[in-house]
Order: sequence, then structure tokens, then C-alpha cells
Amino acid sequence: MSKTATLGPEAQFRAFLAEGKFMIQRAKDSGRYVFYPRVAVPGTGETGLDWVEASGDGVVYSTTVVRNRPEKGGDYNVALIDLAEGPRMMSRVVDVEPTAVKIGMKVRARVAALDGQPQVLFTPL
Amino acid sequence: MSKSLRGTAACVGVGMVGCGEAPGRSAMELLAESVHIALAEAGLNIADVDGVFAATAVHSMPAMSVAEYLGVRPRFSNGSNIGGSSFQAHALNAALALEAGLCDVAVIAYGSNQRSAGGFTSISEPMPYEAAFKPRNPITAYALAAARHMHEFGTTRTHMAEVAVAARQWANLNPDAFARGPLSIDDVLNARIINDPLGKLDCCLVTDGGAAMVMTRADRAKDRPKAPVYLLGAAMAHHHRMISCMPALTVSAAVDSGPRAFEMAGVARKDIDLLMLYDAFTINTILFLEDLGFCAKGEGGPFVSGGRIAPGGPLPVNTSGGGLSCVHPGMYGLYTMIEAVTQIRGEAGARQVKNAKVALAHGNGGVLSSQVTSIWGSEATL
Repeated sequence: MSKTATLGPEAQFRAFLAEGKFMIQRAKDSGRYVFYPRVAVPGTGETGLDWVEASGDGVVYSTTVVRNRPEKGGDYNVALIDLAEGPRMMSRVVDVEPTAVKIGMKVRARVAALDGQPQVLFTPL
Repeated sequence: MSKSLRGTAACVGVGMVGCGEAPGRSAMELLAESVHIALAEAGLNIADVDGVFAATAVHSMPAMSVAEYLGVRPRFSNGSNIGGSSFQAHALNAALALEAGLCDVAVIAYGSNQRSAGGFTSISEPMPYEAAFKPRNPITAYALAAARHMHEFGTTRTHMAEVAVAARQWANLNPDAFARGPLSIDDVLNARIINDPLGKLDCCLVTDGGAAMVMTRADRAKDRPKAPVYLLGAAMAHHHRMISCMPALTVSAAVDSGPRAFEMAGVARKDIDLLMLYDAFTINTILFLEDLGFCAKGEGGPFVSGGRIAPGGPLPVNTSGGGLSCVHPGMYGLYTMIEAVTQIRGEAGARQVKNAKVALAHGNGGVLSSQVTSIWGSEATL
């Protein structure tokens, strides 16, 4: 039985996050960007995915405020962000009132702790 | 070209129990009681059943659990779970298995005691690239879809409230509906916001309930006590599991399942006498009316306004009261088919749609993920 030394895409993504880096995949041949991390491009099967640093630029595609009791931490934002590279991801827009987050808002990514784990969060530009 | 399943199988019995609150009973007990009611309607016995189709939110291997509980040794079973639309998919799979002779009497079954057991339950795993942000799914996902629909098309919370009010008006005609009584647009708008823009009354009920349907081949359906209701067409489609992977939040996979189901059924939209659209949230009804082609994309909000889909309106939608006001034990899809059958049989009482011959029952699962459209018709439509 063989043993593969390299991390799978999910573990690699999280390892990059632990280093403070937001990395996404890009297909060698088509140049297509892929998120979330996969072993091959979804729908085409193209392999040869390189890790590249995301530009961090994004636009809010949709947003909601999860209403939450103050004693449970209060209201918070959940948003879908369209990355400049094409893929969409779920995240939170922070450093702003959750109700102030609007569709179409330009945002920038940063890696920061959420509940003790490094995650990609966004702030308004 | 696939061989058409149109009219090859029929529903010959339906059963429901504990529609609303059923304290002291397990999900399986509610499911099994429903099966026995449906079999009695069909003039059949549990010993006749050789096909089992089931999904619940509490059983990881539901086909085995259900067959064991009922004492059935199925020749064919299917316990696949694609959320609330599983049962439309089971009807399609049952029709395939019946046509192929792999079984002769198919039971489709569901049960849940979530309300009495303490609230909404799910056996869903955490979504790997979403869970960290704590979406309160499923509602967060539907709120994101509603927000996007409002942004792109000018849909308003009042439009969505129209859906809830129409559903309640239908429920007020249905003695089995759990939420009855007056409901105004303002009541819906003023209800506590759960996930913007969705308030409490934009969300489906959290109830208990068991439901079952018996299907046989058309040749065996005619000599049953109740008039058979034929599966004219059914089709499925799904594009994503996580809401962040839905290609466009304003377009569900019903744009694919709908045309395929219509093609198999050989009917046009104008032939549909009533629609049962899985209304887990008010935005669903608007989305599915658009995606199934009953109005143009983006026009669903104005389309549902002015009582168009309410009792007395030109397009009866969710005539039982739907997931919003009749029953929603967690996976509601089977109830849409049971109401379609009830209406086509002419047994819907005060909410009966006149001369209902063809009904569309559309299931939705996950976070606007799986879409399965089924179209049912009376013998006259064959």
C-alpha cells in the first residue's frame, strides 16, 4: 500500500490559512480558478491545479443578518462573496454593522480568527 | 429517447397521521400508521407490499428500518435522501421499478415527531466550507436567495407576505391544517425577523406528522377501491449541495426538472389545474412559479399578489395550506403529492378545486438544492 506524503486540497487550504494566506486553485491549461479546493476542476475533470494567492478583492453577491440573542453573541452577518477571480464563497463581512452590508458592496479579504480558527473574512473597501 | 413512463403507474392509496402535533409517538410509529391507512384505502395488505421507498430526518438507512418495522421483505427498495424532494424522486423510482416488474406494490413513506421531540432536526453533516460562518441553515440559505431576488427584481417583503397569506387562506379551508385563523400582510411583515429579509411567518411550520402513498402498475390500479391517480410525468435535477455553490441564487434547478416533467407528461402549463410547490419559505413559491414557467423570471412577486394564488384566484397554489400553514414535519415533499391526489379524486372538501384533473407537485430539498417535479392526472387524462 502506498502512502501519499502531500496534503489533500482541503488540508492544504487550511494549512495555508494557518500561515495567514488565502490561497485558491488555478487550472494550468484553462487558467480557470477553482474554489472550494478540489482534486480536479469540477465539471471538466481537468487536473493540474496550482495554488495561487487570491487577490482578496470581492463583491457581496448576497447577504443576510442572522438574528441572534445578545447573550448568545448578538446578530452577525453571513454573506456570499464573488471573488475577483470568479469563484463564490461564503464568509462574513466584519468591521461593520451586519445590517450595513449591502449587495454589490466591494470588499477585501483577510485571514483572521473566527472562534479560534483561521478563516477568510471580508471588510468593506 | 427514453421510454416514457407516462401513466404506467398510479397512486391507489394515501395516508396521513399526526398532522401537526402528535406527542408521545415516534417518527417510525407515525410513518407506519400512515402506511396502514394508505394500504387500507388501496384495499391492500402489508403482505402485498414488495417495494419500500422511504426517507426521514432520523434514519440513516430508512429503507431497512421501515421494511423491518412493517415486516416487509422488499424485492426492491430505495432509501435515498435528497432532502424534502426525496418522495417525488421515490415516486419516479417506484414507477421505474413497477414498470420493470421489480416490484408490484410500492409504498412511499415518511414520519417525523420533531415538534414534540423538541424542534427542527437534521441529520445533515456540517458543510465543509460554510459551517465556520455559522449559517443557521436552512433559513440562512433561503434568506440569501430572497435578498438576491429582491435586489435583482425589486421583489418586496410584501410580495413574499402575499404567499404566506394565500397559504393561510387555503389552510382555513382545510380541517387538517395545523395553522388556521386570520393572517394579514401586516402580521407577516411585523413578525420577528429571523434572518433578514425573512421573518417568522415567512418560514414553514415545525410540526410532527407521518405520510404514506401506495403505488401500483396501471393494470393493477383499476380494481382498487379509490379512483387511481396516475403519475403522468416526473423528473429531477440538482446542481449544488451548499448554497455558496448554487450557480445563481434566483434560478433553481426547477428550470431543468420542470420542462423534463412536462415533456414526459405530455401536458402544457395551461392544463395544470393546481400546483403544489414546496413552500419551506415564502420565497420558494415565487421562485418555483418562475422556474416552472408560470410567470417570467423576476415577475413572481407581482404575480402572486392580489390573491392570484389564493382561494378564488385564477391559479390555485398550495391548496392544503402548504408547508407554511398546513404541515411541515421537516421533509414535506410527500404531502404535496398527497394533496395533488386528494384534489384529483375530488375529495378536498371546502378547498376542492373544481374539475381538478391534472396537478403538479413539486419537491425541493436541501438549500434550494434538489428539485423534483411530478405531474399527476386522473384516468381521463391518460
